[in-house]
Amino acid sequence: MAVKVMIPTPLRSYAGKSDHVEVAAKTVGEALSSLVAQHGDLRRHLYQDDGRLRSFVNVYVNDDDIRYLQKEATPLRDGDTVSIVPSIAGGTDILFCLVGTVRGTERKTDRNVCPITES
Amino acid sequence: MRLRLSPTVGEEIRKHGAHGYPHEVCGALLGREIAADGDGDRALREVTAVLPLENRRDDSPRNRFSVTPEDVLRAERAAAESRLELLGWYHSHPDHPAQPSEFDRAHAWPWYSYVILSVAQREPGEMTSWRLADDRSGYAAERIEVA
Repeated sequence: MAVKVMIPTPLRSYAGKSDHVEVAAKTVGEALSSLVAQHGDLRRHLYQDDGRLRSFVNVYVNDDDIRYLQKEATPLRDGDTVSIVPSIAGGTDILFCLVGTVRGTERKTDRNVCPITES
Repeated sequence: MRLRLSPTVGEEIRKHGAHGYPHEVCGALLGREIAADGDGDRALREVTAVLPLENRRDDSPRNRFSVTPEDVLRAERAAAESRLELLGWYHSHPDHPAQPSEFDRAHAWPWYSYVILSVAQREPGEMTSWRLADDRSGYAAERIEVA
């Protein structure tokens, strides 16, 4: 099946500056594998070291999010369009922990474990 | 690399950060690439509008923010309708420096500009901008100009 994989603007420089790449694939997983086989520098921005898609990388077939289909096993038909859309996330590495719950006071900690306190 | 913000844009980001305190706020940066990355220190982007977005992390909004893919597509459409580019994103760090965290790095892509505003006790403070390295190893600072 010939399908079109749309490349988001931030990643186009790793895909020959193209806004899309044509691949032959029967599933979404195959389409993405073919994409990174052609453009290896894309891999680190789409996949984690363990080979899974990064948590913030979302994939659509036409207008449908593959999370609600069969994920990477979602079958493709000739002429389908696969889109890669990020979700944006971030924040500080500080955890806010509730301490002294009787008083209802709150304080922050730069440790990754909330302190155990007596209330 | 330089990121030029109009005074209105800078003020909108600061007001959003103060208004949302103690939660993290976020939004999209819309504008134009004046000189692309290859031009070294001459690389310049101009942000002429922002699109404030809802922080979807209602489980941990004081130290996390999230923009859904649907909101990313909405921001892309808003940019296209204004004949602008979606250049990046801003978010606030309540009671924390305007430095990217490890969590920020793990969830970033290159090319986008990531503006961080520090908000201390509801007072907006330092604002910085960053771009992720090609190899994801860290960030390069982008100098903010208000003009």
